[in-house]
Amino acid sequence: MSTIADSRIKGCFEKLRQQGKKALISYITAGDPTPEITVEALHELVAGGVDVLEIGVPFSDPVADGEVIQRACERALEHNVSLSDVLEMVKQFRSKDDITPIVLMGYLNPIEVIGYQDFAKLAKAAGVDGVISVDMTPEESEEYNAALATNKLDPIYLITPTSSKQRVEWIASMASGFIYYVSVKGVTGSSKLDVKQVSEKLDIIREITDLPIGVGFGIKDAESAAMIASVADAAIVGSALVKIHAQNVDDPAQIPGKLKDLVLGMRTAIDS
Amino acid sequence: MSVKKSKEMQLSDIVFNDYPDAGGHFAEFGGMYMAETLMDPVLELKEAYYKYMKDPEFIKEMDRDLAYYVGRPSPLYFAERWTQELGGAKIFLKREDLNHTGAHKVNNTIGQALLAKYMGKKRVIAETGAGQHGVATATVAARFGMKCVVYMGEEDIRRQAINVYRMKLLGAKVVSVTSGSRTLKDACNEAIRDWITNVDDTFYIFGTASGPHPYPAMVRDFQAIIGREAREQMLDQEGALPDAIVACVGGGSNAIGLFHPFLEDREVKIYGVEAAGHGIETDEHAAPLTAEDTKTGVLHGTKTYVMSDDNGQITETHSISAGLDYPGVGPEHSWLKDTGRAEYVAATDIEALEGFHDLTRYEGIMPALESSHAIAYVKKLAPTMSKDQSIVVCLSGRGDKDIHTVAAWEGIEL
Repeated sequence: MSTIADSRIKGCFEKLRQQGKKALISYITAGDPTPEITVEALHELVAGGVDVLEIGVPFSDPVADGEVIQRACERALEHNVSLSDVLEMVKQFRSKDDITPIVLMGYLNPIEVIGYQDFAKLAKAAGVDGVISVDMTPEESEEYNAALATNKLDPIYLITPTSSKQRVEWIASMASGFIYYVSVKGVTGSSKLDVKQVSEKLDIIREITDLPIGVGFGIKDAESAAMIASVADAAIVGSALVKIHAQNVDDPAQIPGKLKDLVLGMRTAIDS
Repeated sequence: MSVKKSKEMQLSDIVFNDYPDAGGHFAEFGGMYMAETLMDPVLELKEAYYKYMKDPEFIKEMDRDLAYYVGRPSPLYFAERWTQELGGAKIFLKREDLNHTGAHKVNNTIGQALLAKYMGKKRVIAETGAGQHGVATATVAARFGMKCVVYMGEEDIRRQAINVYRMKLLGAKVVSVTSGSRTLKDACNEAIRDWITNVDDTFYIFGTASGPHPYPAMVRDFQAIIGREAREQMLDQEGALPDAIVACVGGGSNAIGLFHPFLEDREVKIYGVEAAGHGIETDEHAAPLTAEDTKTGVLHGTKTYVMSDDNGQITETHSISAGLDYPGVGPEHSWLKDTGRAEYVAATDIEALEGFHDLTRYEGIMPALESSHAIAYVKKLAPTMSKDQSIVVCLSGRGDKDIHTVAAWEGIEL
């Protein structure tokens, strides 16, 4: 098991709990729309009040993502942004910020070509804290979990409205850091968030695990972030941020500041 | 966990019927790699599949449809003139082109649509490349009165206008996919996204022997009727098993359907023919099993050989035949390759076109461009064998749908 000393994620959630605060987690795709802005964007997100950074590793076939994040992957891949490039960005970020937890989020194939052990070693060395692989299932996870554990990385798993109680138990038994609850049956960027339903499912999950629970998919503004934070331990916002990237492809230098403005509003709403 | 890799296994020790294991693994290949939202329906499907395959009512209904709706058994035809022309082994064509809808795809869609019916699902979705699987799905959806949505790449819609219209006539909605390379893999992505979003009432009729478990085993079992019939027909007509069997491989459903019943007949040589496109040495092909720089990867729910770059991005493929234009391959083929039970080769666009013309001229049978890849390899293989030997080749579909492509290639405007 991880301790505060070796898990930034665990430490972050414990500190927030002591302060009686909820976490704000952001997602942006690395290299979107150009690799030059990513590290600055991450710093600005933290300046705007983000507690945990999810960094999307671009993939050619992101089947669990809606159009907004698909296009973000396509823009990043126009610059051939690879998993190694993303780890390089994490290293750069870490030279100025050694506190904020970083979670890589993506699909398995870019990890497959490196190999689980080598990937985990490289990710840890770069300053990554946790990994979400959308298409890694508990069924196939033995070798993968072992590689992450050896390198003291938190395996973060998704639980969805369709996950049975038995699966929730299984997933919780191998997860660390936090649990990512997907609020809707749908791909990222869906807009049918139902806070009451989410709250009911969170009650079931809480009976099974003490891990903090972040809720994502469908949080688009300060209001929905605050509503989710009232029932979960963290609100996770992705497509709403990535839309800012899409709207500013002609002037990417604008993006970090605009991201900061959006998360500032969410931070304020969550804390009030 | 120490899974013994396929390459380290002794071929003689393997009992092929024992695979996949309960989790859908063919040694290191296969398995279930899916977004969590889809794990519940995939597990539900797995349970239903293994239950109904033991249900005499289900089997009876399926057999009846295969006989009277599809028109099975399909003939095993001795291609006498073509055999004489090549001057080697006797060539037999397994005529899947004579099935209702003109290809092998319907063997699988009948099975999956029946499962959907037994599971109470009223909406079916499918991906399609050449349009054959889309047509076969739209057909059975009409037959069972189900709502049907077919995802098809924009590029393939252009190449296969007639099949698009056929699907619409059958009452299906055809959705044009404009992401990525706008071909089969992107159609798969979009169908998976639909399934994630409409998981409660929707059954995904997957067209090939790939995807998460149970799809590779299930599609294989539905298509294995090809091999079972061919095996029996050879024994009837020739009094012996063939010396070699040949089929084209995109995702590989007609191939695994032909191969599987012959796997334990160790003396029968097995050849899968991939699409070499502009040449296996170029970047423009669709041959993950044959290419030298191929890698194991995870795509569309399964671990298998996948065409990807050094960063793990799936690469775009090329083939003259839309049905073979796919960067992955069913996991059982990866396993048959690495265990050495089957040999995989590739035929170029030009070789496939030659095969198309040869069969049309010598036998009056116009093969689909997909099947023409298998024909192209038989053209090389038969002359190396003796006249008392025999080859069964799967003629997986008919070529009418490809006439425009063939004409355009030859600069003819229709």
